[in-house]
Amino acid sequence: MDWGNILGNAVGEIISPTTAAYALAAIGLGVHFGYTGLLNFGQAAFLLIGAYGFAIPTLAGAPLVVAVLCAIACSVIFAFILGIPTLRLRADYLAIVTIAAAEVVRYIVTTTGLTDFTGAANGLSGFKGTFAAINPIPAGTYGFGPFTYNEYDWWIRIVGWVLVALASVLVFLLMRSPWGRVVKGIREDEDAVRSLGKNVYSYKMQALVIGGGLGSIAGIIFILPRAVQPANYTTGLTFFIWTIMLLGGAATIFGPIVGSMIFWVVLSLTQGILYGAIESGALPFVSTTQAGQIRFILVGVALMLLVIFRPQGIFGNKKELSFSV
Amino acid sequence: MIAGIRIGHGVRLATMLLAMLALCLGIVLGSGALAASASTAPAPTPTPTESGDFTTTYTIGGILRDGDTLIEGAEITVAGAGGYSEVATTDDTGRWSVAVPAKGDYTVTLDPESLPDGVQLRDPDKASAVVSATEWQTNTITRSFPLGADTRQTTGFFEQFLQRLVAGLNFGLLIALAAIGITLIFGTTGLNNFAHGEMVTFGAIIAWIAAVLLGINIFIAMLIALVLGGVFGYLNDWLLWKPLRKKGVKLVQAMIVSIGLAIALRYLYLFFIGGDTKTMSVGLSDAVALGPVRITTGSILSMIISVVVLVLVGLFLTRTRIGKATRAVSDNPSLAAASGIDVDRIIRIVWVLSGALAALAGVMLALYRQVSWDMGFQVLLLMFAAVTLGGLGSAYGALVGSIVVGLFVELSTLFIPPDLKYAAALVVLIVVLLVRPQGILGRKERIG
Repeated sequence: MDWGNILGNAVGEIISPTTAAYALAAIGLGVHFGYTGLLNFGQAAFLLIGAYGFAIPTLAGAPLVVAVLCAIACSVIFAFILGIPTLRLRADYLAIVTIAAAEVVRYIVTTTGLTDFTGAANGLSGFKGTFAAINPIPAGTYGFGPFTYNEYDWWIRIVGWVLVALASVLVFLLMRSPWGRVVKGIREDEDAVRSLGKNVYSYKMQALVIGGGLGSIAGIIFILPRAVQPANYTTGLTFFIWTIMLLGGAATIFGPIVGSMIFWVVLSLTQGILYGAIESGALPFVSTTQAGQIRFILVGVALMLLVIFRPQGIFGNKKELSFSV
Repeated sequence: MIAGIRIGHGVRLATMLLAMLALCLGIVLGSGALAASASTAPAPTPTPTESGDFTTTYTIGGILRDGDTLIEGAEITVAGAGGYSEVATTDDTGRWSVAVPAKGDYTVTLDPESLPDGVQLRDPDKASAVVSATEWQTNTITRSFPLGADTRQTTGFFEQFLQRLVAGLNFGLLIALAAIGITLIFGTTGLNNFAHGEMVTFGAIIAWIAAVLLGINIFIAMLIALVLGGVFGYLNDWLLWKPLRKKGVKLVQAMIVSIGLAIALRYLYLFFIGGDTKTMSVGLSDAVALGPVRITTGSILSMIISVVVLVLVGLFLTRTRIGKATRAVSDNPSLAAASGIDVDRIIRIVWVLSGALAALAGVMLALYRQVSWDMGFQVLLLMFAAVTLGGLGSAYGALVGSIVVGLFVELSTLFIPPDLKYAAALVVLIVVLLVRPQGILGRKERIG
């Protein structure tokens, strides 16, 4: 087993753009669930909308800023469509409707009738030009050890993590503000907040839009190192983001970031170790495909154990536990 | 005992459904026309690549024929980048081919004037076809031009409607079998069980192992799946949900635990049976033509079994002591416990019943559309849609919701592309919640 390589890959996951994208999506989900108490099980849809909302205008020739604004605008519209029928309903209805809406969006971008726009099941690619064009880093390879990347890879990582930092600061400031106190109040006791004359529906909608907007930006970061593939946006993606958020702590600032890093490092480590064990013949009855599946079995078990034994996550405060239902 | 009244409706509804089914069969038998089968255009054979030439040649070619008649002397123009243009004429075997200089984009045009008298393009607008640069996986590309009158028979709208109606009813009954389990568990414990889809898959996999791998008769396999499904439900409750109830885990927490369980189980299935679709070849796939409707014997069987089982479940809930106790727990667990009902025992029974029903639904689903590791998860959302549509916690509602979802999934394909049919059912869910948040048959207080 090549431990150097396995550890190198795992350490590299700490700053990978995928980790940043999941962290950003988990921060958005934290605004929904951690702070406001909204059971959004459709976060994958916000990532999908961010991805297509960015890729389609870019492929049509739009400049970078327009494409990003388009992605955010689409996610805001989607948040309204999602929120209007569901935010008046009880939490578990919201869960089912958001998960359903996320699947509807995925079916729509996968349908063959829209191949010209969305590429159907093949997805989209070739949209990295405008982002790469504003890269200030000269061409070349930089870094040391496991952190050696070319100029484009560094550019995605820098932009991704700067956005994560900005989002964290934004959430931190928001939750310290009077607005944040109201949404946390909604999480604790909706009726109490309503009796104080606050428009609960409107606050929930604002939280949904903000978290969804962060999700759509995460969607853009997510596709920059790869192509847009509709198969990436299944409910599995939502559940992974939930695992990450709960791992770090739902109502915390650093929780989603650390949760995402741990999630990806552990996934990379288990993959490396399992593959290594299979190659060296230590696991004769398992194939490499099956090794990939073992990791997801572990994710499922980890999610269960986490929610049962430490629902507040690593950083969370037991008092600020938001499982009020 | 409001839940009781609703479940009482369930029985009435089930008899109504039986009547509906009989009506459908009546219509089907009454009209005598046979279902039209689509005859497809003859597939063009690829032009053989010329051998003996050591430089690679790229060719575009095809065979031109009208039915079985080969067309000779028709002119086909291949045009490409840089003003490249070449005309080919079909030979006495109807073959034509053009050697092109490179892999690239080409336009292939058939000159309709060069066709013999009486032969026309089937679709006059399709006189030209495009070859794109990305298609050149091999050195030969084939293009065909369908000729002659359109021989593909189209089924009338009414026949298609009937066909979809029966399929939708079948699918709806199938969802109902599994969804009643979801609604009973929700009613008695308040849990939204996201791992219910995996109970469905469990039944399908057991039936596949028994019937296909071990070669046991499908009906016995069905019984095995039913029993093991019940055991699986019992284990679910005994190993996981009962300890969690004792621990006082909140409902949302429990819901996320069920999501974790679903992920773990789903990938466990994938680990053991692999990612490919397993064929459920047990001899129940013969198509029977009932008037304009073609239906497989498996589907007929599945509809009959679904209706019988649904009626039995309805009778169980309304007529037996345990059934009545179940409804009492659904309505008010504390009051039920105070009046001497062993709530834990009832919940255990509900889990066994739900597991068995889900496994049975899984077997039906396997007969309907084969076995795969994520088959249950694919219908989970439809089951939730059905339960939510009908009103969470209402057994009667689950049945109505399931039929609505089943019919909608199938009937929507008459108007929208088939790959959007599940999306249509989920959109209906959202729309219904917009205008009637408590679901079709739910009570207002349940929406909170």
